[in-house]
Amino acid sequence: MAAVQEVVTEAPAIDAVPKRAMTLSAGTTLIMLALLLLVPLFVKNFIIFQLTMLLVYGLAVLALNILTGGSGQFSLGQSAFYAVGAYTSAILIENAGMNYALTLPVAGFVCFLFGFLFGLPALRLSGVYLALATFALATAMPQILKLGYFEAWTGGVQGLVVTKPDTPDIVQTVLAWFHLKMSQDMWFYYFALAVTIAIYILSVNLLRSRSGRAFMAIRDNEIAASAMGVDVALYKTLAFGVSAAITGIAGGLGAIAVQFVAPDGYTITLAISLFLGMVVGGVGWLPGSIVGSAFIIFVPNIAEGISKGLSGAVFGVILFIVIFLVPHGARQVAMVAQHLLGRLKKR
Amino acid sequence: MDLFVNQILAGIATGAIYGCMALALVMIYQAIDNLNFAQGEMAMFSTFVSWQLMQWGLPYWGAFVITLVLSFVGGVVIERALFKPLAKAPILTNVAGFIALFSILNSSAGLIWDFTIKEYPTPFGSAPFLGSQLISTHQAGMIGVTVLLLIALYVFFRFTRIGLAMRAAASVPESARLVGINTSWMIALGWGMAAAIGSIAGMLIAPVVFLEPNMMGGVLIYGFAAAVLGGLNSPFGAVIGGFLVGIFENLAGTYIPGVGNELKLPIALALIVTVLVVKPAGLFGRPIVKRV
Amino acid sequence: MLSKHKLLIAAIAAGTVGLASTGSALAQKKYDTGAIDTEIKIGNIMPYSGPASAYGVIGKTEAAYFNKINAEGGINGRKINFISYDDSYSPPKAVEQARKLVESDEVLLIFNSLGTPSNSAIEKYMNAKKVPQLFVATGATKWDEPKQFPWTMGWQPSYQSEARIYAKYLIKNKPDAKIGVLYQNDDFGKDYLKGLKDGLGAKSSMIVAEEGYETSEPTIDGHIVKLKAAGADVFISITTPKFAAQAIKKLAEMNWTPLHIVSNVSSSVGGVLKPAGFENSQGILSANYGKDAADPQWNSDPGMKKFLEFLTKYYPDANKLDGSVVYGYGAAQTMVKVLQMCGDDLTRANVMKQAASLKNFAPDTLLPGITINTSPTDYAPIKQLRMERFKGEKWELFGDIISSELTN
Repeated sequence: MAAVQEVVTEAPAIDAVPKRAMTLSAGTTLIMLALLLLVPLFVKNFIIFQLTMLLVYGLAVLALNILTGGSGQFSLGQSAFYAVGAYTSAILIENAGMNYALTLPVAGFVCFLFGFLFGLPALRLSGVYLALATFALATAMPQILKLGYFEAWTGGVQGLVVTKPDTPDIVQTVLAWFHLKMSQDMWFYYFALAVTIAIYILSVNLLRSRSGRAFMAIRDNEIAASAMGVDVALYKTLAFGVSAAITGIAGGLGAIAVQFVAPDGYTITLAISLFLGMVVGGVGWLPGSIVGSAFIIFVPNIAEGISKGLSGAVFGVILFIVIFLVPHGARQVAMVAQHLLGRLKKR
Repeated sequence: MDLFVNQILAGIATGAIYGCMALALVMIYQAIDNLNFAQGEMAMFSTFVSWQLMQWGLPYWGAFVITLVLSFVGGVVIERALFKPLAKAPILTNVAGFIALFSILNSSAGLIWDFTIKEYPTPFGSAPFLGSQLISTHQAGMIGVTVLLLIALYVFFRFTRIGLAMRAAASVPESARLVGINTSWMIALGWGMAAAIGSIAGMLIAPVVFLEPNMMGGVLIYGFAAAVLGGLNSPFGAVIGGFLVGIFENLAGTYIPGVGNELKLPIALALIVTVLVVKPAGLFGRPIVKRV
Repeated sequence: MLSKHKLLIAAIAAGTVGLASTGSALAQKKYDTGAIDTEIKIGNIMPYSGPASAYGVIGKTEAAYFNKINAEGGINGRKINFISYDDSYSPPKAVEQARKLVESDEVLLIFNSLGTPSNSAIEKYMNAKKVPQLFVATGATKWDEPKQFPWTMGWQPSYQSEARIYAKYLIKNKPDAKIGVLYQNDDFGKDYLKGLKDGLGAKSSMIVAEEGYETSEPTIDGHIVKLKAAGADVFISITTPKFAAQAIKKLAEMNWTPLHIVSNVSSSVGGVLKPAGFENSQGILSANYGKDAADPQWNSDPGMKKFLEFLTKYYPDANKLDGSVVYGYGAAQTMVKVLQMCGDDLTRANVMKQAASLKNFAPDTLLPGITINTSPTDYAPIKQLRMERFKGEKWELFGDIISSELTN
């Protein structure tokens, strides 16, 4: 009996996305950028805050996209990296008095190490097994944050309040010449936008580089990739590290925007949301991250607007409708649109 | 020593809960080669249905059988209506579908039956079992039912045509179709059976943890862990995995100084991951060899 | 015709104002954002979805109660516009919703937002914006800090003060007790545990074992086995309803009969003790400030009769066994009382001023003798509790009303 082994030709879990299709055309990019730059000037502070969260979750979805869409590894543990990033920033700002901007690289670095180390045992796991391992990480994280031993730094179950950064004096002075003022919210939005754009450009370049090609080779066929001389172990752990680092930076930004960190903010629900964001945005399509992020921020609000008692059910129904219509997420919409545009141009 | 034995007994009692849930997960894994995150909520919903039937005056076993049938039909209907259209979609999209289903069932149950905990009857009574105050007759009955289910599943998958067809359909769908198996309906059948097994699990678990919409949240995590530890293609492994998780969790909470109690779930999960690193297919699962 | 009708309403409204705010009749109408001649906007944040969705009932009850007030003519002629949002018990979402309420919906105040993490997350923002964060639905001690956070006020007795009452009871009645504590490992459980230890003071060595559990655990059997093995003869259960019921049942199954104390959070007759079995619940101790709708002793109580009438008329779907319904009713009544006291001066500052000058106010659902009192230096509306012992199918109150102020 034991000698019987099942031999399976396994289709890759994630469809191959050609790397050219991972980005947007120059025109679309410019329009997006213009929107992100200009919209905050005309809306209320509360909307600016929502837009900041849109960028923050967008970054976190992007990080998952690099891991899953890029290297084919599935993770339900992103909330753990997000939490570590958030707490690193919060603790450095509040306990060490560090400048908020400087805490982000630290958060990124700490999470990179954490992700890289976690990637080592995860090497031997794939599919549902990897899902369980990462899931375990996500459930463990809030409990670790609550531990009495760390309470002096983490604030234990009560969490930590983070001071919101003021608009720098120099910016205020320059704006004052034009009789303008910039609110804290708007300043932090533009700060977050700069960070997001920088990371986005780096990510696109990463996926286009030698490492990116290695990631994708592993995603499409691990055995073939290793036969071609790709150091599978190195690149798989590297993908975890990079993804964790970006998630950590997103977590740090999120902590500053929300001005509060507590274990209850970083439960498995967050990891699931980020996962849904990736699916809705299109697995492996980096620009889709922002669409996915919009989905996880705004759709729950729409759902509760329809029914308070059934908001969860309405959310589920909307999600079903979306994946029925576009099983490949926003990427599919973009591809169809591109196709249509192409036909229009030919005429 | 007394404490040690007691913790093991308590671990077995809770382990039976995990094992029960793990069986339903293994069932669905056999059918769709994936884990259904909404399995726990389906079980919870079934249990509420049976509770409602009893409120309307049906006797326990009557409600039990009707719920079993309804759950089977419900599972098939969910597959036909919601997941068959997604058959060609990427796996991750299907996982998103499971999450959507989870959300819908949980929220609807909350609206229909609200969130107060409800007492759920047991057919086995809750007296101490064989003089042990740690395992009640209900928990012993639960272990018994789990073992019966296990044997039934074993026989089903090993010796019945339909069981073999189902396994074939899940692991090598193309070849299965070539030998004339209707793989699409096999999947629906798998959903139905998983839902029915889940409903049994729910009806056995509810007397211990009390019936409420969130009752399966924690159970699902442990059931998931148990199924993976035992091996996802081994019903036997799933049940043993359940007991092991239950026992280990209790021992970690009792004997690991300092953080043991606060971190018993993470420690239990870490152990499982360690086992998986050494034996990637689980303790009793058969390794799958990939063809390049 | 229409104008005549309007006039009539205005006349009635003016009359009620005169009655409600004696002396301030001369005061001019003053408004902050969120209040106008016809409407007062009140914001609220509840976990309608997610793991804590059981508490969403509080928000629904409050909405129903404000509907009742509106149907009866509103407050001084102003209708209440109750805007309640879902935060799924997630602090970042709570911040988003609070900002939406304050900046987009422009509410006068946020009332009874639920959960320690969510309220902690918005506390600094609310105080910076000077928007009242009134009668928050959590029992943490930190809501009574008028100097530091003058715009934030609690409602229910704090967890710590309740735990101190148990500590005092034990020191007096069972000085040689060996206490085993089961607590939920979150802000709620930790706060209680602190209160218990503070209350025991030098005698905190009476605690022989403490066991924390996570809400993700399906059962708590293992913890109870440990507490019993530690030789405890007092079992303090700082648990939420599901786990409290599990513990009661497990103790009976194990034939372990320590002195059993359950926290007020889980003292509901219908929501905890009945499902756990009345036969298993005999002799359990707790402390309470409110009446229990499932407890037959209040059947002829005038306050509870009003409460039940309200349910039949405005919230027929409600489950009166659910303690959250009673809770929401009492909190909403307190809110209405404060708004009535504000009269025509509906500025945020005046709302806080009136909320901090409640004197002997008794919502229908509080135990006889327990009243709400606040002052500018006392932001803890309910501070009194009575101890109770479960007998038969109801709680029997015993001892005096205990004021649980944290001054000792």
